[in-house]
Amino acid sequence: MTDSLIKIEGLYKLFGRTPAKHMGLVKQGLSKDEILKKTGHTLGLKDINLDIKRSEIYVIMGLSGSGKSTLIRHFNRLIDPTEGKVVVEGQDIMTLNDAELREFRRKKMSMVFQRFGLLPHKTVVENVAFGLKVRGIGKEERQQKATQWLADVGLKGYEDQYPSQLSGGQQQRVGLARALCTDAEILLMDEAFSALDPLIRSEMQDQLIELQEKLHKTIIFITHDLDEALRIGDRIAILRDGELIQVGAPADILLHPADDYVEKFVRDVNRARALSVDTVMKPAKFRISAETVGEALKEMRTSKHEYAYNVTGDGYQGALALDQLEELDKSEYGELLTDEHYYDSDVNVEPDAVIEEVIPETLDQEYPIPVVDEEGKLQGELSRDTIAEVLSPQPEAGEGEETEKTG
Amino acid sequence: MSWITEFPQLSRSELLTVRKTLDEAYREFSRSHGEAIENFFDPLLAFLVWIENLLISTPWWLVIAIILAITHFAARSLKLTIGVGISLFLIGFFGMWEDTMSTLSIITVCTILSIVLGVPIGIAMAKSNRIQAIVTPILDVMQTMPAFVYLIPVVMLLGIGKIPGVIAVVIYAIPPVIRLTNLGIRLVDKEVLEAADAYGVTSWQRLWNVQLPLAMPNIMAGVNQTIMMALAMVVIASMIGVKGLGQPVLQSITNQYFTQGLLNGSAIVVLAIIFDRVSQAYAKRSQRHMGGRHD
Repeated sequence: MTDSLIKIEGLYKLFGRTPAKHMGLVKQGLSKDEILKKTGHTLGLKDINLDIKRSEIYVIMGLSGSGKSTLIRHFNRLIDPTEGKVVVEGQDIMTLNDAELREFRRKKMSMVFQRFGLLPHKTVVENVAFGLKVRGIGKEERQQKATQWLADVGLKGYEDQYPSQLSGGQQQRVGLARALCTDAEILLMDEAFSALDPLIRSEMQDQLIELQEKLHKTIIFITHDLDEALRIGDRIAILRDGELIQVGAPADILLHPADDYVEKFVRDVNRARALSVDTVMKPAKFRISAETVGEALKEMRTSKHEYAYNVTGDGYQGALALDQLEELDKSEYGELLTDEHYYDSDVNVEPDAVIEEVIPETLDQEYPIPVVDEEGKLQGELSRDTIAEVLSPQPEAGEGEETEKTG
Repeated sequence: MSWITEFPQLSRSELLTVRKTLDEAYREFSRSHGEAIENFFDPLLAFLVWIENLLISTPWWLVIAIILAITHFAARSLKLTIGVGISLFLIGFFGMWEDTMSTLSIITVCTILSIVLGVPIGIAMAKSNRIQAIVTPILDVMQTMPAFVYLIPVVMLLGIGKIPGVIAVVIYAIPPVIRLTNLGIRLVDKEVLEAADAYGVTSWQRLWNVQLPLAMPNIMAGVNQTIMMALAMVVIASMIGVKGLGQPVLQSITNQYFTQGLLNGSAIVVLAIIFDRVSQAYAKRSQRHMGGRHD
């Protein structure tokens, strides 16, 4: 998961008749509008640097005109940059000649398109097998493989239909199957789900995530929809006017937007649904180690905590509230601590849960709720205040420690 | 200051010299190269004669049966097949069978020739804007220049006969197939092309698997137009000795035989309708999946 597969270094794209001549102006830092006015050239991309790791879903997000579709076309050189490098597995693909580039496109990368890009005169199975046909693989073998992939994307039985007979969602599944059928390691998805209606779109997102768990491809996904980006992305790069604004994990982007532009995006996101507990929980600091009620009371009184997490040699036991213990009769102080003493005995919050799911439990409790992982280990705590802070509509714009800032 | 009142023009003798020089030069050219060019076209002539003889010597009922079979397989329409059968029978019944077969043979050859020459030219035009800029005005001239005018050099070069007829018909009929091949390829959906490129196609694979099939509706429309124009040219071609339905039409113009003209003209119309309907029906059937995107 950590080794870098694709690197883009200092990529510039200037559209026009003589782009190379005007690169000086771009480097001087003139704005897109100024360059257009002076030279009649459109600045598509400006100093893009990306580092994409093997097996991650890397989302490039931006509004229309931000250059995201231009950027993705540089990965397989459907568009050539004016300047810069695209390095895949240590090889600069800008140095490939035509034949090598064809070979590269056939074996290394495949692509899914917004408007599907299917061949209308070929059947579904022939469309899926297209990449193999181009490579010169025999009819029987490619039909067999294509049939298999069609089944994997849920289109078994549609082999001999034509694309025009399928719905939009089904057509895009064909597009996806075609991309997977070449066994290319890298998948480029250019607004692949944007043309679909919302219900089908989320269905396709689920399917992509599901497939990715099996296949571990490296996926570069373009979208204009932040919700989609947050949902499927391992990392997100935000593009505006051809410049990279911020790169980071979904939670980083949400919690530490790099500037006003990103913040404006982030504001409309349903954070409760987009963030998981572990991205916002605080460390569980107040810990005691007690066997009986009396021991617990004593420890909590000395440390002056109103609540504490009991962690003994056997691991995490439960959360205790001082006022609840003090209500008990002194005669019970000798008793061993049991579920009825812990205030969290009927709550269970796991670190990877989505905040939305745990809101009711958190709001019910006066005290913070412990976050406990699958193995029963105490990971942190989640309080009402934390949730209120995270969900408040206008977060503070600031730079998080883990957020790489670019541009 | 005579140019104010009178158009400044070449004098009669100057014009005569110009005409004489050009005519002389061309005559010289045809004298020295005519035979070589004629030899060049010999295979075509042989092919043309072979087809004509084949159509004429084959029993009429067999020819009709074959045409009906082609109609059926292309169009799958009983109504059309029956209509074609009746029309062909009537043509023969009114004594025009042999002329119709001659015309059919020359139309077939001209159409094949137009496709073989026109489609590659159209492809080249679609590939390069420069070629398009060169070819388009030539096509404009070919379509607007009165057919009689380019009959003259062709006849001077090759004399009267079948080959000059074919050349004249092809010059007249080839522009639509070139134009529509060019247009069709240029109109191919950019995203489909991009998709093909993304999967690493060679330019030949792109042409063969994507561009030509997707341009096919337009190319077929071009072929259809070409056939129609070739048929329209039949009468003019008969002036330079092409046998077929054109000759009786020409004869009836000069002799005012109204009925003969009407009958032979109708036969041309019938042929045109048969060609048109059959090729349209075939095009429609083979492209039924191309239409209407599903969203």
